[in-house]
Amino acid sequence: MKALKCRECGREYPLAATHVCEFDFGPLEVVYDYPTIKKSLTRAAIESRPQTMWRYRELLPVAEGPTVGVEVGFTPLIKADRLAKALGIRELWVKNDAVNYPTLSFKDRVVSVALSRARELGFKVVACASTGNLANSVAANAAAAGLKAYVFIPADLEQGKIVNSLIYGAQVIGIKGHYDEVNRLCAEIAGKYGWAFVNVNMRPYYAEGSKSMGYEIIEQLGWKVPKHTVICMASGSLLTKIHKSYQEVQKLGLVGETDYHIYGAQATGCSPISSAQKAGLDFFKPVKPNTIAKSLAIGTPADGFYALKVMKETHGAAEDVTDDEIRDAIKLLAETEGIFAETAGGVTVGVAKKLIASGKIPAKDSAVLCITGNGLKTLDAVTGHCGQPREIRPSLREFESLLAAENPSLVNA
Amino acid sequence: MSAKVRIPTPLRKLTNDEELIEVNATTVGDVIGELQNRFPGIKERLLDESGAVRRFVNVYVNEEDIRFLQNKDTKLKDGDEISIIPAIAGG
Repeated sequence: MKALKCRECGREYPLAATHVCEFDFGPLEVVYDYPTIKKSLTRAAIESRPQTMWRYRELLPVAEGPTVGVEVGFTPLIKADRLAKALGIRELWVKNDAVNYPTLSFKDRVVSVALSRARELGFKVVACASTGNLANSVAANAAAAGLKAYVFIPADLEQGKIVNSLIYGAQVIGIKGHYDEVNRLCAEIAGKYGWAFVNVNMRPYYAEGSKSMGYEIIEQLGWKVPKHTVICMASGSLLTKIHKSYQEVQKLGLVGETDYHIYGAQATGCSPISSAQKAGLDFFKPVKPNTIAKSLAIGTPADGFYALKVMKETHGAAEDVTDDEIRDAIKLLAETEGIFAETAGGVTVGVAKKLIASGKIPAKDSAVLCITGNGLKTLDAVTGHCGQPREIRPSLREFESLLAAENPSLVNA
Repeated sequence: MSAKVRIPTPLRKLTNDEELIEVNATTVGDVIGELQNRFPGIKERLLDESGAVRRFVNVYVNEEDIRFLQNKDTKLKDGDEISIIPAIAGG
């Protein structure tokens, strides 16, 4: 880590808790000393380290190594043959952050970095604006680190996501409004209180944590950049950081130069980025979200411009899916691969299906789908849409009559 | 119309650390004009060369994003609160 630098005008700033350029409000990003990193960060060095996201620590913005979330990451990359067949593509991989440690979403990656850095900078109170998963992760990781946490969420979130923040003893504040309003309030609170808001004043550090998902995909594919990667978009940050991870790994010579395509997935009920991409625009129009994919319900996406730029530069694309398509895709992933993803995962799978069907992702190729969160947290979204258990008395006769009615070939006469 | 403008941290060096500024203006565009008169240099921080609000600046009137209203032409009434907030946050 050398400095923070404005992505718009290039002005540099010290490595403090600050996220926007004083001149043009552009986002600040961490600058690394790549030539020095290149000397020590080899495949062999990485492979000799524990299987966590911190095996790529030179590329993550903490000064002294992690103190929070040391065990996060290195989630499974699954070869999804049954899903590949269902979607009509030769080869498919699922990067499964639904089982990330400790709170079952990719947010543990960014929080691990943000809280480790917050401690280095001397903060005692941490906070966030969240659509749910981030609140869960800040609450849990702050508890384990002995930090006080305030998490701000839209008041109408799924019950699972609310309980999953409260249980850790975090101060949970439900805001009567949608996420963009929560975000605006948090920007104001962050300006007034000296707290470490992981996705406001700590955002330059926080956002870098997402790169670890990309490094892992490459290493788990046998040090290969995937040709096609489908990523869900809320603020668009994850998509831009996975792209950055692919770039860095090439720049450091860990893999050869290769072409790849990045695809963004949104819910039709909140699709400012995918609508702009499909219309060929390089700017988006803010929207008021209305979708079951609440974790993606950001109507004013902070990284929307950059996400559009990445898709354009990599000759990728964006697509969006309706609430019904999201539920169908959650079921499809569960029934073919035994992975229960939250609504955002349904968005990714549903969009992949459309992109393959339209030929934007060629059927002869191989693709990676990024699954970012766990279905157990969004049960409300699928309850009543995946059938009901049939109730019978504890009687063999009743069971066999049920079986005969439904599946006669299985009856053991 | 008398309205209050909440100044974000990155701009407070220009307003001598004042956080809440009282202005007399009829539209959001007028507010920016008045701020520029009193705190020279603030306009170029908020507007780009074409005069549009910079893409990483969000402006709200009573908590509503002006892009859902009439942008810089959004009319103000007595007692309105205007917030200028960096767009880069969250997610």
